[in-house]
Amino acid sequence: MDQTPAGTDFPHQSVTFPDGVALDCGRMLPRVTVAYRTYGTLNVDKTNAILVCHALTGDQYVAEQNPETGRPGWWQRVVGPGAPIDTDKYFVICANVLGGCMGSTGPRSPHGERPGALWGTEFPVVTIHDMVRVQKRLVEYLGIGRLFAVVGGSMGGMQVLSWAVQFPEMVFAAVPIAAAYYHSAQNIAFHEIGRQAIFADPCFRNGNYWAEGVRPERGLAVARMTAHITYVSEEALTRKFGRKLQNAEGLSALGEQFAVESYLQYQGSSFVQRFDANAYLTITRAMDLFDLAGEYGGALADAFRAVQSRFLLVSFSSDWLFPTAQSRTMARALNHAAVNVSFVEVQSDKGHDAFLLDEPDFHATLRGFLAGCAAHAGLT
Amino acid sequence: MSLARYRKIRVDLELIADFVRPGSRVLDVGCAEGQLIEHLTKAKNCDARGIEIDMEEVQRAIAHGLPVMQGDADTELVTYPDAAFDYVILSRTLQAVEQPREVLRQMLRISTYAIVSFPNFGHWSLRLQLLTRGRMPMTAGWNRMWYETPNIHPCTIKDFFSLCDIDGYVVEDWLAADEQGLRTPWRRSPRLANFFGEQGLFLLRKV
Repeated sequence: MDQTPAGTDFPHQSVTFPDGVALDCGRMLPRVTVAYRTYGTLNVDKTNAILVCHALTGDQYVAEQNPETGRPGWWQRVVGPGAPIDTDKYFVICANVLGGCMGSTGPRSPHGERPGALWGTEFPVVTIHDMVRVQKRLVEYLGIGRLFAVVGGSMGGMQVLSWAVQFPEMVFAAVPIAAAYYHSAQNIAFHEIGRQAIFADPCFRNGNYWAEGVRPERGLAVARMTAHITYVSEEALTRKFGRKLQNAEGLSALGEQFAVESYLQYQGSSFVQRFDANAYLTITRAMDLFDLAGEYGGALADAFRAVQSRFLLVSFSSDWLFPTAQSRTMARALNHAAVNVSFVEVQSDKGHDAFLLDEPDFHATLRGFLAGCAAHAGLT
Repeated sequence: MSLARYRKIRVDLELIADFVRPGSRVLDVGCAEGQLIEHLTKAKNCDARGIEIDMEEVQRAIAHGLPVMQGDADTELVTYPDAAFDYVILSRTLQAVEQPREVLRQMLRISTYAIVSFPNFGHWSLRLQLLTRGRMPMTAGWNRMWYETPNIHPCTIKDFFSLCDIDGYVVEDWLAADEQGLRTPWRRSPRLANFFGEQGLFLLRKV
């Protein structure tokens, strides 16, 4: 197996801010690099920019093949020429999140305080808000004063919420998809299983696995397998696999038995090739810490008081990780704050992952919402 | 919003739109796929949005570029702040909500004006059917059997005047219309309107 640590020295397009960034945890990151990609053309007035925020294990290669992993763009159905987020009309930006492993500053980056070392598990705790502050640096660096829209699913949706709350004047339209305004106890519990699996892997070596030329692949794979179950619905698993056996020879006591097991193992093993375990720990923690209402004494509407953006909330009927009830609560709180909000639940049996998949109703909704906003923003 | 797909609005919606001053903030409750919202936005430069209970209609409205959220009039209006709108519109929906009186109260809490239209159960043809056949009337407007109609709170134009009186709402304007939504000539006589009007349309405000 390839022993090269994920997130190595591949030359991802990036910008470095040498003055660093102050984090919510009180620490200062002395240097911050943001790896990003852009698609389409920024208009003369710089008013047609859409920032796409990726989810937990996504990256900046939203609409093209990731050159490091060879995987197709994770949202090619949604972003591209003629797509709902039409790169013939809009200038699309996507950045690898702070704490990630695809070129942005993260646990795999050089240690900020100890020359020659890597951050590893000493990488500071980062929050969704921190990720967004770093994205804001990038947006300003690109010369954009106000984003036409910020769009993202799952953890990307959390970033959208953070954008609209932290920088209301910079976001004309906000689209959190299959998102939540806080991570529930159940969400945190599933993440914790993943983290414990990584810690339990003998190759974890207290997070210094790179130095020793190993990786906690088993642990990370189990983390991914657990998480993956939460991304799909029972209905979808049943439809795809049911109780099918992997091979006709019947059950063996150990090893592959049911088709669903083999599928999960594939999900796990393909993931470890592209993702860094410490980055997984960092980003899952950032999601767990997200609690927009909590920051405002439990009153979500208060969090939205300053919001100026037009909102579209989309949930999926079979998503049990970030269920419709979460989106509906957000829609009501946005109403309470007199925000212009559209909200729809899309019928789908594909679970949380539906936002990444072929869902024509969702795509038509997103396209129409953006077109309506473009008319209001005077974009032609 | 694509002007190419601009649709001519229903006649009854036109009557409602006539009540709305240009440039107002409007909430259309039970907006279906958003015809009236689109009309008010484009023809009257309003900041108009909607609530609709049917998910497919909501999806069509948003896909058409209109701000609509899925929700139920009975439960959703409470989530808006006081005086958030100039007009809240409830078109041919009052008779189908669970708590019409509370819905009206919420409408006039979140908005200066409420525009309400409903099918008039006092129309002569309904009275005649009930009198002669002794069965629940069936007409073009009341076309579902009593056990499956969504119209669980039918009322007459006279009933509605009475509720406005009890709850202290000022009837700023009103008219009766026929089934197609055309204005009928019974405008200044509630008694005649209650007999000949198929729909009542009211513009209310709080005292």
